[in-house]
Amino acid sequence: MTAAVHTTYTVPIGFMDALQITILIMVAAGATAVVLVRRQVHQVLVLSIYGVLLAVLFLAFQAPDVTLSELTVGAVVLPVVLLLALAKMRKREQ
Amino acid sequence: MQYFPFVVVAWILVVGLYGVVTSRHLVHQIICLIVVQSSTYVLLLGVGYVTGAVAPYYFDVPNHTPAVDPVVQALALTDVVVEAAVTALLLSFAIQAHKRFGTLDPQELASLKG
Amino acid sequence: MTPAQRRWVFGVGIAGLAAFYLWGLSGLPGFGNYPGPYGFIILRLAVGQTHATGVVSAINFSYRGFDTVGEEFILFTAAAGTAVVLRLLRGERERSAVDQAADRDVPPTSGAVRIVALLFTGPVVVMGWWLASHAQTSPSGGFQGGVILATAFILLYLSGEFLVFKRFSPVDLTDLVEAVGAGGFAAIGVAAVPMGLAFLTNYLPLGQFPGAVSSSGTIALISFFVGMEVAAAFILIIGELLEQTLLIRQGR
Repeated sequence: MTAAVHTTYTVPIGFMDALQITILIMVAAGATAVVLVRRQVHQVLVLSIYGVLLAVLFLAFQAPDVTLSELTVGAVVLPVVLLLALAKMRKREQ
Repeated sequence: MQYFPFVVVAWILVVGLYGVVTSRHLVHQIICLIVVQSSTYVLLLGVGYVTGAVAPYYFDVPNHTPAVDPVVQALALTDVVVEAAVTALLLSFAIQAHKRFGTLDPQELASLKG
Repeated sequence: MTPAQRRWVFGVGIAGLAAFYLWGLSGLPGFGNYPGPYGFIILRLAVGQTHATGVVSAINFSYRGFDTVGEEFILFTAAAGTAVVLRLLRGERERSAVDQAADRDVPPTSGAVRIVALLFTGPVVVMGWWLASHAQTSPSGGFQGGVILATAFILLYLSGEFLVFKRFSPVDLTDLVEAVGAGGFAAIGVAAVPMGLAFLTNYLPLGQFPGAVSSSGTIALISFFVGMEVAAAFILIIGELLEQTLLIRQGR
């Protein structure tokens, strides 16, 4: 069932479709990049960018709450926690 | 466009699982697990989408405007935050394993005894 | 099992998964054609029943509040588990934070990072607090606000002031705040039971008109407690990892 809505935020459906397809392709490429990067610190940075891409995708899916959560968690908290763990492991190897 | 988001979900899942299976570093494995979890968020939101609808917030659009499904958004929202804490717990296990066994290679860790 | 064998087993498993997944996919109504009645029923009733214009938060804290209690306790347990797993083992010692800061030979933090981080700490705290207390009106809520509050403390650490971070978040106080947040949520829910209502019923007075900050009964209160708990849990986790990285050393 589709809806015909006319609010101040409505855009043409074709534009929305094109936007969602573009961001979905970028998210798929981002996921591939996260898995294929080999050095750990670089992988954490790519994960941060992937978090921002996901947040934009959730915004295109009309879910601003999930966008907020994913932005803070995926782009700030998770990379910080990962980098701290990596620093601890590297320190032990010295 | 009818099934493209679900194909992308399947792709992210397979890529993440490939990373988990063929990984040589515990932290790399944990990051691939994060990617697998993110595929479920995309699937949840993709199931509830209604074409041409707005976000389910009624403070600036008139009441009863057609909106997307809010239940899956509520599920995905708590999901995102809680999985971050569980990932931190996994990382603390990895740190202690590194201290105890000296190696971070999961394929070597599998063959250690005691 | 050699890596090549592992890859073959993985390939077979993925082929099976893909077959079942495509079979299930063919039964879905397609992207954008959401048919289910539950979502539409809630959209029609939520604003009238709870006087909250943020339907997602109303679902999280009122209609499906029981799920949220469970998720919050998962978070609580994960933070407690991190604190337990990262405890001081035999054969390690913890150096005092003041001594450690005095003889660290790392390069000092760059001036630009310090200024930006210290400038933004205040506004981030205000924004986190604002998000945690406005769950019923706009896209906000306890979970997002709590994480943003924890981010403010990360900014404190990033600006080079690890001692300030430790002083502002002593472990006892953070533990207490986290417990108050988690227990407060459960207490609000349990307080409905002696009144003869079900667990987590919305029994506080709903406001005059939907969308006001003081409307929607227990939803605003629960969101505030959840914000406290999530912020304290993440500060605890980051504090534990920082102690491990910076303070705990081997040897006596």
